Amino acid sequence: MSSASSLRDFTSARVSLGCAGSSLPTGPLLDFRLAHARARDAVHTPLDIRSIRTELSESAAGLESIPVRSEVRNRTEYLRRPDRGRRLSAEDQATLAARAGDFEIVPVIADGLSAMAVHRHAAPVLGLAMRDWYASDFRVAPVIVAEGARVAIGDDIGAALGAKLSVVLIGERPGLSSPDSLGIYLTWQPRRGRSDAERNCISNVRPEGLSYEAAAALLVFLCRESLRRGLSGTGLKASLSQVTAAGSAARALP
Amino acid sequence: MAGYSHSVGSVTYRFDDLKTLLARATPLRSGDELAGINARTAEERVAAQMALAQLPLCVFLNETVIPYEDDEVTRLIVDTHDAAAFAPIAHLTVGDFRNWLLSEQAGVATLSAIAPGLTPEMAAAVSKLMRIQDLIAVARKCRVVTRFRSTVGLPGRLSTRLQPNHPTDDPAGIAASIVDGLLLSSGDAVIGINPASDSATAVGHLLRLLEAIRLRYNIPTQSCVLAHVTTQLDALNQGAPVDLVFQSIGGTELTNRSFGIDLALLREARQAALELGRNPASRQVMYFETGQGSSLSAEAHHGVDQQTCEARAYAAARAFDPFLVNTVVGFIGPEYLYDGKQIVRAGLEDHFCGKLLGLPMGCDVCYTNHAEADEDDMDALLTLLAAAGVNYVMGVPGADDIMLNYQSTSFHDALYVRRLLGLKPAPEFEAWLETHPLPEMKEVIPLLTA
Repeated sequence: MSSASSLRDFTSARVSLGCAGSSLPTGPLLDFRLAHARARDAVHTPLDIRSIRTELSESAAGLESIPVRSEVRNRTEYLRRPDRGRRLSAEDQATLAARAGDFEIVPVIADGLSAMAVHRHAAPVLGLAMRDWYASDFRVAPVIVAEGARVAIGDDIGAALGAKLSVVLIGERPGLSSPDSLGIYLTWQPRRGRSDAERNCISNVRPEGLSYEAAAALLVFLCRESLRRGLSGTGLKASLSQVTAAGSAARALP
Repeated sequence: MAGYSHSVGSVTYRFDDLKTLLARATPLRSGDELAGINARTAEERVAAQMALAQLPLCVFLNETVIPYEDDEVTRLIVDTHDAAAFAPIAHLTVGDFRNWLLSEQAGVATLSAIAPGLTPEMAAAVSKLMRIQDLIAVARKCRVVTRFRSTVGLPGRLSTRLQPNHPTDDPAGIAASIVDGLLLSSGDAVIGINPASDSATAVGHLLRLLEAIRLRYNIPTQSCVLAHVTTQLDALNQGAPVDLVFQSIGGTELTNRSFGIDLALLREARQAALELGRNPASRQVMYFETGQGSSLSAEAHHGVDQQTCEARAYAAARAFDPFLVNTVVGFIGPEYLYDGKQIVRAGLEDHFCGKLLGLPMGCDVCYTNHAEADEDDMDALLTLLAAAGVNYVMGVPGADDIMLNYQSTSFHDALYVRRLLGLKPAPEFEAWLETHPLPEMKEVIPLLTA
């Protein structure tokens, strides 16, 4: 097994773990369990709406935010009923309709499957994008902070506010080595019933994956192109190799 | 059709049609709840099972769950039904069929003989009446042996698919996982990579990498890169060494359309692999993956419960005489299979139904981090499936797939269960392990650039 010790130089997979009998030794057994525990915590950590809103309002841009909920009442229901997580609650439909305006972009921060990802990465990435949007004089709606939300809640939100483009920053399904991966989804003319193929996705946003700067640059580019060409999804994806249409992603949306 | 009913005490439960009866009789799972087709009470579920138990098997030949005109999988099921094979059980009800399957009468040869006479809906129906021990006891009596370079499914054997995925398809990263797996006796069913990139060029590179390692060490196994079938066909036409053609399939025409395939495309793919003839001695060149919930996820279930849809996927699979079929039972997420209990039962149902219908069933014993499940649940399912005689399971380094971001079974897990139950790898692979030097990474590295 002398060569085995070098296998780890080539992959982040769990190779060369050794054996206790034919089973896993205690060290790697507990390493795995810790990684799973972190991923589980990421799934079940509640969205800290107050601190996100504070972070936004105290940011350089002093961003206004509006908290909303989906139709989901608790985390268990969230996991069992993705359909309810896609719909904005009736009460918040009314709240947002009252704030409807001539917006080009509505940013949405949504918990998805990892509030941990949102707590760590959403405000910084959005802050970078905002700088460009303001410099470009885009009409940007208040930031919507959505709890119990799936990607498609951006459709209800965008429709209620009358925005041309929704940008949903959402916690992705946690992997064992990535409990805090943020995804960003763009949808042109958001409204209920949009298919995943009509969205663009920037995924794996976190320091160990796609950096804040790179993610924000992609987001800004995609938003500008989407607004200019009046579309999103597969039609838009061809222009940039790192960006994929959500519909072609290998796994399901959060 | 007036529908079905069953009275329990003073309450009469009515079920509009066969698919409703099947759905109401299905043991609880979140996907059927999401679809709104599950039994509304625990009592209704048992009433439905009682009604189902009294249903003659031949009813399934007269009433389809999805209309013949609307669905090519239904047409395949109806058009290829073997009445002669069905004859010995034609007089049974679903309940009697369970009794018969458990009896001494139903031996290995008899079970093989009736398989072409069974429709997937019959298999699904009887599984709904069964406890886990029934699913294990009957599946263990079913023998489905397939051959390519190795022989999979023989009694006393448990094979593995070595799954060396890497998030960027890095050849050295993939090779390191392959070497680690071979050192731990994994890979006798197939060495199969889920590629991060779905391009024919990338698939060709990966297939040539697998081929170089296989030839250098003379490994009696086969390789596969699990891209979309059309991408594999493109790679094949560009000269890539395609042993097995892979595709995910579902139990309805619409599900398959959502995967970008139909039965004609699968026929074309099989023909291309046969013509390439990487092993002229074998005509088993297909590898299929399935999983409960795919039809609901694609909004293509027609109100049919997810386990019956899954059994119908096996009917599609068996038309192509596949070398490998496995259910990816916990991958889809908790909205379809909520927790360890639901995943364990679903895995055993899938294995049972597949084997009963004559398929070489394996299982990706797995879970995601948003499911209420952990490695204890996987240990339970793995051990139960091995007891049931599963043909193969997955071998993933440390059970952690760093490309697909889910947890499966590890090389170590397969070693554990082989040792526990006295199971051996495929005979050709077993002999190879004894007589050939195992690869070392420093020897494999030059192959990556060759």
